[in-house]
Amino acid sequence: MRLPSGGRIDRSKPLRFTFDGRAFTGFAGDTLASALLANGVHLLGRSFKYHRPRGLLSAGAEEPNALVEIDRGPGRREPNTRATMVPLVEGLTARSQNRFPSLRFDLAALASLAAPLLPAGFYYKTFLGPGREAWHRRWEPLIRRMAGLGRAPEAPDPDRYAHRFAHCETLVIGAGRAGIAAALEAAEAGDRVILCDEQMEPGGRLLLSPGEVPGLAALRGNLRVTLLPRTTAFHYGLQNFVSLAEILDRPDGLRERLWQVRTARVVLATGALERPLPFRGNDRPGVMLADAARAYAARWAVLPGRQAVLLAAHDSGYEAAFALQDRGARIAAILDLRAAPPLAAAARARGIEVRAAHGIAATRGGLRVTGVLAAPLRPDGSPDAARATPIPCDLVLMAGGWTPNLALFSQARGRLRWDEAADAFLPGEVAEALTCAGACAAGRGPGHPIAAIAAGALTARRAFVDPQNDVTTRDIALAVQEGFRSIEHVKRYTTTGMATDQGKVGGMLGLATAAAASGRTVPETGHTTFRPPYTPLSFGTLAGRHRGPLFDPIRTAPSHGWAEAHGAVFEPVGQWQRARAYPRAGEALHAAVARECLAVRQKAGLLDASTLGKIEIVGPDAAEFLERCYVNAVHSLRPGRCRYALLLREDGFLFDDGVLARLAEDRFHLTTTTGGAARVLHLLEDYAQTEFPALRVFLTSTTEHWGVAALQGPAAREMLAPLVRGCELAALPHMTVAEAEVMGIPARLFRVSFTGELGYEINLPADRLPELWEALIAAGATPYGTDAMHVLRAEKGYVIVGQETDGTVTPLDLGLGWVIGKAKRDFIGKRSLARAEMQRPDRRQLVGLAPLEGRAPEEGAQLLARPGAREAEGHVTSAYASAALGRPIALGLLARGRARHGETVLATRLDGPPQPLQIVPPVFWDPEGKRLHG
Amino acid sequence: MLLIACPWCGPRPEMEFRHAGEAHLARPADPAAVSDAAWAAYLYERSNPRGEHAERWRHLHGCGRFFNARRHTLTDRISATYKPGEAP
Repeated sequence: MRLPSGGRIDRSKPLRFTFDGRAFTGFAGDTLASALLANGVHLLGRSFKYHRPRGLLSAGAEEPNALVEIDRGPGRREPNTRATMVPLVEGLTARSQNRFPSLRFDLAALASLAAPLLPAGFYYKTFLGPGREAWHRRWEPLIRRMAGLGRAPEAPDPDRYAHRFAHCETLVIGAGRAGIAAALEAAEAGDRVILCDEQMEPGGRLLLSPGEVPGLAALRGNLRVTLLPRTTAFHYGLQNFVSLAEILDRPDGLRERLWQVRTARVVLATGALERPLPFRGNDRPGVMLADAARAYAARWAVLPGRQAVLLAAHDSGYEAAFALQDRGARIAAILDLRAAPPLAAAARARGIEVRAAHGIAATRGGLRVTGVLAAPLRPDGSPDAARATPIPCDLVLMAGGWTPNLALFSQARGRLRWDEAADAFLPGEVAEALTCAGACAAGRGPGHPIAAIAAGALTARRAFVDPQNDVTTRDIALAVQEGFRSIEHVKRYTTTGMATDQGKVGGMLGLATAAAASGRTVPETGHTTFRPPYTPLSFGTLAGRHRGPLFDPIRTAPSHGWAEAHGAVFEPVGQWQRARAYPRAGEALHAAVARECLAVRQKAGLLDASTLGKIEIVGPDAAEFLERCYVNAVHSLRPGRCRYALLLREDGFLFDDGVLARLAEDRFHLTTTTGGAARVLHLLEDYAQTEFPALRVFLTSTTEHWGVAALQGPAAREMLAPLVRGCELAALPHMTVAEAEVMGIPARLFRVSFTGELGYEINLPADRLPELWEALIAAGATPYGTDAMHVLRAEKGYVIVGQETDGTVTPLDLGLGWVIGKAKRDFIGKRSLARAEMQRPDRRQLVGLAPLEGRAPEEGAQLLARPGAREAEGHVTSAYASAALGRPIALGLLARGRARHGETVLATRLDGPPQPLQIVPPVFWDPEGKRLHG
Repeated sequence: MLLIACPWCGPRPEMEFRHAGEAHLARPADPAAVSDAAWAAYLYERSNPRGEHAERWRHLHGCGRFFNARRHTLTDRISATYKPGEAP
């Protein structure tokens, strides 16, 4: 009910909105929650487990019940939004969640009647023992239909989200009385100050008083102060690195902004959270935290009820009751758990009946509370239902005392210490430059002890501790009875504190209940861990601009534009986009690959190999450095010559391969695999800087400097020769390098091959490569992609690091022992290769596999010695249809493989019985290497 | 996110760095002279302390240099950073 005057709303600006399709009106300054209450709507949602009707419990960020879906159009449907945190805007469309078929009549709420069947640990119990079958058949489908919170949006989010870094001397979190004072003081001292507050209007509990919030004007006028309303500090990282989520909802589509703030000091002024009280039916709509009801009346001029009963464990409840009475509500009674309530006389002077040492035995009502059963307390603190008397009411206020809000303090790895006098956990030691101010530092004074409150409610029925997850005092008592002692285990078993409010509402009551049930004190029981985020956070805020094409950097080869224009199909290789194949119009991918392979074998093909990692290694000790790192003999490599080079890890397993070219005595050009470029440079830098710091050598990544066109095939030389000046191609044998001009551009010309054909890898400055590319295409070269490249190299038995290797493969396993310099004293991994285990003859070795029937095996298939064998002897690493050979081929690693050529093994298949393969040498094409050296 | 003081560049955010394992593990000068057990220890055995830990970092997205840091594994507090070959 809206009061005729007062509140911090602008009555000159009415706003229309809908909830579940019904039209309502509120005012500027309202939240969705206050506007609904003003229109008499109390039933706002259904709980997670039992689908019990629920209304507003709070007026702030801790709201566990009033989770609604906000629909702002396609792609802008946001579930699980707390109605208390949504500013009302014109045309707002909100819907309730977790109801079927309607909010007022919910079939699943029948589960509530079956509540004894869904006890604490229900999930765990049904997973185990004889219930397992029933779980799959009956429970899982049922629970999947009922459970879940809200509907995830399906359309892409059209809005924008921003990220910003900021530095300041003082970050103040919470703009209530203490936060404003701290910000003013820091600003006076000359600090750059950021003051953030999660609510749409800063002020905290100062907003309970009418008029301008004291101190805010001074802060707004201070250029050193950044005041951020609707901004939640949700993560407290090491060394005062705090993340803030600011909600902007700007008309230009900028919705939220992530602030990452590094600050010299933090002042936490996060206040305290009012505790609910446990009694039967404490979750009915109309049962509310006392201070929340006061806030609705004071800030939004809304009376949440006309006739209220206060259940008090703390004096603050009286202040709330008095405030509501002043705004026209009738306080039917104050029931106080304490024997001697300090404010009883003041209440009676206002004509309010006060019953000391009383509690609530139960609430009455359906979708809204209609009354309570007031009962005197027994000696154990529980209400004596036999002596209960009914009191009609439409609002029940709970004043359970206050819990300092120390979630962020805990995230900062601060220790909480139990303070008996304050009846609360208070901030203890913390290593960060962090101070607490106001109610989060000291609490708001003790009331009836939380331990006594919990002890009195252990046997109550349906006394909810965690309203969203439907956890009752009895559930917690049952978990303790079943042997759970650690509060972290009790939490996981019962799910108390695991709802979206993260235990802000019921966390303290939950652990006090566990303490009471186990006969321990609250500090003996301890508290659960507070984890980020402090409140729920949108994925958009975290993702910022990093979505779609900006999700991860995309690297493209110099011929990318040409490839796109000519219909290439691309595949990601790390961050690179590489052309897989260049299918012609109407050509299937596999047909294109076969055509490209044949073109290389018969004439010449052109591959953009620019993605290969390249490292320039320079210095008087460059050769010595490489000699110590790579397995190859490097000193004996003459300028102008190349070697196939292998790099191991110290454990002896293959790490990367490439071509090592010596350009001059003190200069090398080294290639790495496309994916290995960064880690190879990292490893080499490590050895250069930390193991061999005396060697004079410099390593420079030239990956993006050089564009590489790989021209491969019997016609390669005649195609390239007309473009080259300063080098006689015919005089350039296999595995050599020359510096020359190609089309007038200074180039490094490599005579190397990854196909088994006569071939060149022409290195040009990357921006000039497209010119050469188009010239070679014009000369008749066929562009080929990575798919053809894979087939061609497999036909030749060339391995790919990461395909034939998996971190457990040595050069000897691959038959690459010939690469290792025989006379070398040391290189990375040499000592490991000398271990007996690495020399065993039954290690898995590279073999060729020739299918005895028509089709290629599946890559990854296990190799079996005989049908029904239980243990694999190896696996298929590569398998392709070979166009040049007219049959499928495969490579694999097989135990004792080299000694088994001619034998047959079986390769498992996902789609049928194992398939026989003949073990053959791994080189299928031109084993003598005539074409290579042609 | 840690603030790490690169000995060459000064304090920089953690995202500029790459962790590089335990510090002060010298590669044997003559690996061939080392027993299998001692070599395995060099490769795989790490101190993994609860407390002060000397470890290597590289200022990957900065000067590219490797350096050493002393970090407390419980609090993540870095009490010193120093160049290779220097004492903390």
